Amino acid sequence: MADLLIELFSEEIPARMQRKAAEDLKKLVTDGLVEAGLTYSGARAFSTPRRLALAVDGLPAKSPATREERKGPRVDAPEKALEGFLRSTGLEKSQLEERDDKKGRVFFAVIEKPGREAAGIVAEVLEAAVRGFPWPKSMRWGAGSLRWVRPLHSILCILSDESGAQVVPLEIDGIAAGDVTQGHRFLSSGAISVANFEDYEAKLKRAKVVLSAEERAETIAHDAAQLAFAKGLELVEDKGLLAEVSGLVEWPVVLMGEIEEQFRGLPPEVLQTSMKEHQKFFSVKNAQGGIVSFVTVANMETRDNGATILAGNQKVLAARLSDAKFFWENDLRVAKSEGMEAWTARLENVTFHNKLGSQADRIARIAALAESLAPMVGAEPALAGQAARVAKADLSSEMVFEFPELQGLMGRYYSDASGLPAEVAAACEEHYSPLGPSDDVPTAPVSVAVALADKLDTLTGFWAIDEKPTGSKDPFALRRAALGVIRLVLGNELRTSMSELMAKHMAMLIDVQVDKILEELATFDEISARWQGREPDEVMAERFEREDASGVKEVDQRLAKGQFALVASPAGLILQVQNLVSFLHDRLKVHLRDQGIRHDVIDACLAMPGKDDLTLLVKRAEAVQAFLSTDDGENLVQGFKRANNILSQAEAADGVEYSFGPDAKLAEAEQEKALFAALDAAEPSIASAVEAEDFAAAMARMAALRAPIDGFFDAVQVNADSDVLRRNRLNLLHRIRETCSKVADLSRLEG
Amino acid sequence: MRVFAGKGRGAAGGPQANGLTVSRPGSIEALHVKTPRIMRPMAEQTRPDKPRSFQEIILRLQAYWGGKGCAVLQPYDMEVGAGTFHPATTLRALGSKPWAAAYVQPSRRPTDGRYGDNPNRLQHYYQYQVLIKPSPPDLQELYLGSLAAIGIDATLHDIRFVEDDWESPTLGAWGLGWEVWCDGMEVSQFTYFQQVGGHDCAPVSGELTYGLERLAMYVLGVDHVMDMPYNDPQTEIALTYGDVFRQTEGEYSRWNFDVADTETLLQHFKDAEAECERILAAPAEDPKTGRRIVMAHPAYDQCIKASHLFNLLDARGVISVTERQAYIGRVRALAKQCADAFVQTEAGGWVPEAAE
Repeated sequence: MADLLIELFSEEIPARMQRKAAEDLKKLVTDGLVEAGLTYSGARAFSTPRRLALAVDGLPAKSPATREERKGPRVDAPEKALEGFLRSTGLEKSQLEERDDKKGRVFFAVIEKPGREAAGIVAEVLEAAVRGFPWPKSMRWGAGSLRWVRPLHSILCILSDESGAQVVPLEIDGIAAGDVTQGHRFLSSGAISVANFEDYEAKLKRAKVVLSAEERAETIAHDAAQLAFAKGLELVEDKGLLAEVSGLVEWPVVLMGEIEEQFRGLPPEVLQTSMKEHQKFFSVKNAQGGIVSFVTVANMETRDNGATILAGNQKVLAARLSDAKFFWENDLRVAKSEGMEAWTARLENVTFHNKLGSQADRIARIAALAESLAPMVGAEPALAGQAARVAKADLSSEMVFEFPELQGLMGRYYSDASGLPAEVAAACEEHYSPLGPSDDVPTAPVSVAVALADKLDTLTGFWAIDEKPTGSKDPFALRRAALGVIRLVLGNELRTSMSELMAKHMAMLIDVQVDKILEELATFDEISARWQGREPDEVMAERFEREDASGVKEVDQRLAKGQFALVASPAGLILQVQNLVSFLHDRLKVHLRDQGIRHDVIDACLAMPGKDDLTLLVKRAEAVQAFLSTDDGENLVQGFKRANNILSQAEAADGVEYSFGPDAKLAEAEQEKALFAALDAAEPSIASAVEAEDFAAAMARMAALRAPIDGFFDAVQVNADSDVLRRNRLNLLHRIRETCSKVADLSRLEG
Repeated sequence: MRVFAGKGRGAAGGPQANGLTVSRPGSIEALHVKTPRIMRPMAEQTRPDKPRSFQEIILRLQAYWGGKGCAVLQPYDMEVGAGTFHPATTLRALGSKPWAAAYVQPSRRPTDGRYGDNPNRLQHYYQYQVLIKPSPPDLQELYLGSLAAIGIDATLHDIRFVEDDWESPTLGAWGLGWEVWCDGMEVSQFTYFQQVGGHDCAPVSGELTYGLERLAMYVLGVDHVMDMPYNDPQTEIALTYGDVFRQTEGEYSRWNFDVADTETLLQHFKDAEAECERILAAPAEDPKTGRRIVMAHPAYDQCIKASHLFNLLDARGVISVTERQAYIGRVRALAKQCADAFVQTEAGGWVPEAAE
């Protein structure tokens, strides 16, 4: 058994690519080895800023010899068939064997492949891996043609066993594999030759390189927490940053410094973002939650214990924070003296989407929608409209220009500063939420109105211009917007018809477009009127009053040629709204499945009326799911299905529908009478529970039918000899079906 | 992002440096008043001494890269946004002929003007630029040697290569590389050119860009660029950077932002564009001399002009978001045609036999 060690040593690999690259190397190499017949017992991949490494343990010295027998054509088959067989096996006719087969004498090819030395296989596999490596971005360098993420300097590739190490003979674009590597760029010098993985890892550590990214991350997290703790402070954890920083150093040295007093007045989020984005610093907070210090991770040990490095970093931070402070103070001045309108005015020049107009156009639509949604969510319409009009103002502020990730949050600060109501300020921040499946859903009415309007406008807009997500492509994050709508509606138990909302909003898009067209026509008519010395109004009126209504036609034609062609007609609009609502239902299914609700339960509820009302739909689904998890529920469903199956078969066979009311007087057996009585008793209470949307109660009352239904089936034969009885019993089954389908279409349940 | 900037970021960001016209290494002593120290050969293992002025840093870079075999060129005599625009980089990165050049390039970014008040933002500053083709295998070490030459002791600092890919939408160029951090500060950009003017670079050039002011401020420990010693502070007529540039920063800021006549600038833009296309439309054979003369450089001058005029228009705030892309596209189209023309010249690798 031999162990393989590979290291690809290059110039600095971007931090964000390292982990995946190490895993890719592992997959490419181990897959290649297995493909060539070399098994292995384990493989580990590693990455540092300058190297990808892979250790594969327990490889056999050779791949096993293989012997394959292939049956060919009959001996007397046409020449062509034989030729084809020889081609596919790569043998000569004289090498074939003739054997007796069921169908007579047949050619057989016996292909024997001897085992190959592991080194040869490794060389081939590694070369293929290097040449076909899936870097997200790769480059050439010097005069060579090889592509790698940055110039590749050396390849270490050795097979080692008890007798020692052997360099795998391999050369890629002039780089010959060897058994040497290098340590830290500044803290080590000269080549290091290694014998096996343990030797490699240990020698690297002596040369100030920690091979494992996890170990580097742990060191950083631990040391940073300790430094903060020693000063009575607390490190603000940031997993993403930790992963990135551990990919920027081979020998992490954690240093902590203070944030100058003059910058501590900046919002904590600004401090944190500025330090993280520009400097890759961790934030450190005091007991009051204020960010007062930072932690930076150097790649160096120095004779002054990092004093120079820390001082340099502190200076850069001061320059950065001066900028942030400058933006903050400028923005505050604008907010206080001119108000948020100073920024919204600028959004007229910012395109949202070339078919959906500017940001200002979009904001106007969102504001109108937010106002109309306001009563439903319990918000003051004027306040919701006002909030929607300023919610995106901060996109023009200096701070958000510099730090786009602070959008919304800065809006809140600036809205406060400009003296707008607290609800408006909150909406500025909260209207982007929820952004995913688990973050908080806004509950403040004004925020809900704006958040919902924002997302509905996005969805209807992109549906209207036919930019739906397809497969993995969702460039406008419409799936996220749909999930946002769902979570806002459910989280706030909003009761509304989605299709109505969307249809109305889509119609508004069209109205705005029609206004634009009319404006164009008016301008055109004004010009033509001026040419002919007539009043424009007169020309315009004439255009619309002519018998052929050419004005109306003109508008329709332009509409049909424009970006909203798909929804320009009422039929087209309805179709797209239906499509959008079913998209919403699909996202809802995914969302509910994540919450543990079975997809067939959702299907059963989607078959019921009012599915446009997502809150009602989910209420139903939850009741059904809960009911199904009880014995009564499970058994009732079985009873229902039995009734339904017998009834459906009979209806199919007889070609009629058994939906007349059954006559209780025709009931013979006690159990049959009991079922009539039970249905009589249950139906009104189920109906009233459904009416009250108390689906749990309705299901509980249905559960009471379980025993009578079971009893009925045990005692009574539905397909009685008497036609009258049979018909009556089928009509009775129909009553069961009807009664049990009041909450969900149970026939859609699986199992 | 400053679109026309070849390298670096706008704000407190990019490598900004100011250089001054620099002379060939041979004349260094003549320029330098007192200290012959800078001429001492810089052994990379020894701890380097600190330079004392902005110009000493420039002179040391010149001496270093000259010593490493680069042709020390002079700044290009046109207004550009970054050292990358110098034809010694843009055009020479194309074609198969080896090339090694280093130079200071005065760079102008009109929108970055702050009337000389901002500690590290200037509308006129200096970049130091090195371009070597093909990129040598030890380019990182050579670069680190240049930091040592200007007094940055690698054993005391934290020097890092942090991913930063470069793209110039106006030059139709891109490359992969890093920004180099020294103690968290970006001191240079390091790029392996992959494409210029839409042409694949083969061989690949390695490009280094130092923001001279920022780098010098760091090395000299100065907080405000205007306070930085320009020449030797011990000399009789000691000048600060502010003595040289504070007034001009104010003058240009006013002109860039408020006074430049936009009609004239727009007209100049159109003229430059038209002239560039006219030059390139001329047949390769010169009717007067009968020689084959493809005028790639004169055409490229017009492209540079158009680019700078766009920057001025941008600073005047008369270019809308949608127009912006269109203008950038127009300049890129010129750059691409100039690149196409350059590869039809001998310096661009054109060989007479191959053409027949």
